[in-house]
Amino acid sequence: MPEVEVLTAPLVVEFPFTRSLGPVQSAFLTGLRERTVLGVRATDGKIMVPPVEYDPVTADELRDLVEVAATGTVTTWAWNPEPRRGQPLDTPFAWVLVRLDGADTAVLHALDATGPDAVTTGMRVRVRWAAERTGAITDIACFEPHESSEEAGQVAPHAGEFTDQVTGIVTPARLDYTYSPGRAQTAYINALAERRTVGERCPSCRKVYVPPRGACPTCGVATTDQVEVGPAGTVTTFCIVNIKARNLDIEVPYVYAHIALDGAGLALHGRIGGIPYDQVRMGLRVEPVWTEGGRYPDHYRPTGEPDADYDTYKELV
Amino acid sequence: MSVAKEPVAVVGIGQTKHVAARKDVSIAGLVREAAQRALQDAELTWADIDAVVIGKAPDFFEGLMMPELYLADALGAVGKPMLRVHTAGSVGGSTALVASNLVASRVHRTVLTLAFEKQSESNAMWGLSLPIPFTQPLLAGAGGFFAPHVRAYMRRTGAPDTVGSLVAYKDRRNALKNPYAHLHEHDITLEKVQAAPMLWDPIRYSETCPSSDGACAMILTDRAGAARSPRPPAWMLGGAMRSEPTLFAGKDFVSPQAGKDCAADVYRQAGITDPRREIDAAEMYVPFSWYEPMWLENLGFADEGEGWKLTESGVTELDGDLPVNMSGGVLSTNPIGASGMIRFAEAALQVRGQAGEHQVDGARKVLGHAYGGGAQFFSMWLVGAEPPTS
Repeated sequence: MPEVEVLTAPLVVEFPFTRSLGPVQSAFLTGLRERTVLGVRATDGKIMVPPVEYDPVTADELRDLVEVAATGTVTTWAWNPEPRRGQPLDTPFAWVLVRLDGADTAVLHALDATGPDAVTTGMRVRVRWAAERTGAITDIACFEPHESSEEAGQVAPHAGEFTDQVTGIVTPARLDYTYSPGRAQTAYINALAERRTVGERCPSCRKVYVPPRGACPTCGVATTDQVEVGPAGTVTTFCIVNIKARNLDIEVPYVYAHIALDGAGLALHGRIGGIPYDQVRMGLRVEPVWTEGGRYPDHYRPTGEPDADYDTYKELV
Repeated sequence: MSVAKEPVAVVGIGQTKHVAARKDVSIAGLVREAAQRALQDAELTWADIDAVVIGKAPDFFEGLMMPELYLADALGAVGKPMLRVHTAGSVGGSTALVASNLVASRVHRTVLTLAFEKQSESNAMWGLSLPIPFTQPLLAGAGGFFAPHVRAYMRRTGAPDTVGSLVAYKDRRNALKNPYAHLHEHDITLEKVQAAPMLWDPIRYSETCPSSDGACAMILTDRAGAARSPRPPAWMLGGAMRSEPTLFAGKDFVSPQAGKDCAADVYRQAGITDPRREIDAAEMYVPFSWYEPMWLENLGFADEGEGWKLTESGVTELDGDLPVNMSGGVLSTNPIGASGMIRFAEAALQVRGQAGEHQVDGARKVLGHAYGGGAQFFSMWLVGAEPPTS
């Protein structure tokens, strides 16, 4: 088999998920918007910043909010010489754990410092507030060095109530990677460019996989023998789609069908055209219709042959 | 020499009231609510729990990638083992089974198991149709995936096209008796079900599941734990999981082999030879109405081609001879990540006699069933009012 370059393409998967905050995170993030840092008193009396909803030791529900200072002490740090996309600062900075005055736990954030020589464990810092605050952890733009002594007695009870409370946030999730369909599908896709459908036969069960995936999932062996199937096939089953999908430029109703191309061991999926949607039936014989530059058949249309007998395709339904 | 397994009992069950959107709580708050109710039902505290096993929907459905990390303190898991299970839509069932194995093997005595999803903060439709390079986007939603298989079932069995609407009408009426169900359609009629538009013909809008926010939790324990239970336990008589590829040459989408094998394993463990006669009720994962008759055949309650006759003749009604989906089913409540566990929990509620208005009189053996992926994963358990005899 000649070596063919395997296809690759960038794939970015991104979605802005929403999150309801619940009472504790709602108070914490709204507080940041108002330049107020809130913590919560744990069952053992310790003040946790950021606050949590449930005690990490006893699992008790925690709701006793307190306000702590915007100044604190670095408990440990790591220098970040090459900030990445989405990090708090776009110039080199230190990741720091900061125990705010009045708190017993430390919060992770960025420290704006001139270099690693300017950062030490135990150094004093303060919050640098973002100019525009929305009720998010990024309302703390970063921490900055600040000469001050630790302020005692900063912990004050806080109701956690603000006007126009933030109750939800958007948390974008993003995966950015290189997708490859692999050797077998590359060969299939390249053949489609010549308007041929080429599957692979399992050397064990002799069934032809279209599209091929390089292995037979039933026998667990590699498939290597290429077999051209079709171009015509049989509609084994279908549905009539009446709802329009945002990401598809297809008018409804349309018929989404499973089509067993002649010679294939399983059906692939395609749209049926060239016939009113309500006249499509199981057993209908169809052939691909290509459009200029299309990677796949645009749809399948009736060949005009008599319908296939159910017994000839029932194993493929 | 073999050592007998420890019998596994369900002594606590908790659910949230399933709704379209729980904007008042975080995900931690949501799971906490179900877990607390399960603890209250069992009259146990966090300290009585030895391990926690959780399940949820596929990560990109709701963008929550490490729930076991985020939820450890909400579920009292600090200092204890905490595991997370992944098996797509069947996850609630397989999560319970992983938890049950920890008790059966005597690794732990009392285990909290929980499954959840906030569909209002998810996007399942999007999660199922990622824009994969070089592939042709064709499909509009999960219904488009399953509708052709429903048509194949109708062709194979000659079932009249009204059967699906009978299932939806039944399940929505059952939901009216279940205070935790999401949909409470008080003015439901068969005519309304049948008048709903076809989304993916042959699947009507009224024959699809809703999107729900919800969580379900159970406390599983050993024989000694069951002896201390304040309420009757449900005893696990058999449990199994099976998988198969989503697509392979020879796959039977109408009645997947993995489903048949899974049911056969459960029945073998439980000594069931005639499920139709020996099992009193079944709570099955039916996301589209027609899957009731399809699963009745797959699970051995009816011969091939005969499942729809049980539905049509009223056998699966709440007062029928084999009630199916007494809770209202997935058709009335669908926080996907939790849906499998809700099925398992309903089976346990029934044999404990704790199902309230949707209680089946004299339910002694009830099957809970879940499936997921493209009919790829199956998980089931059979629970009984009496402990296993062997």
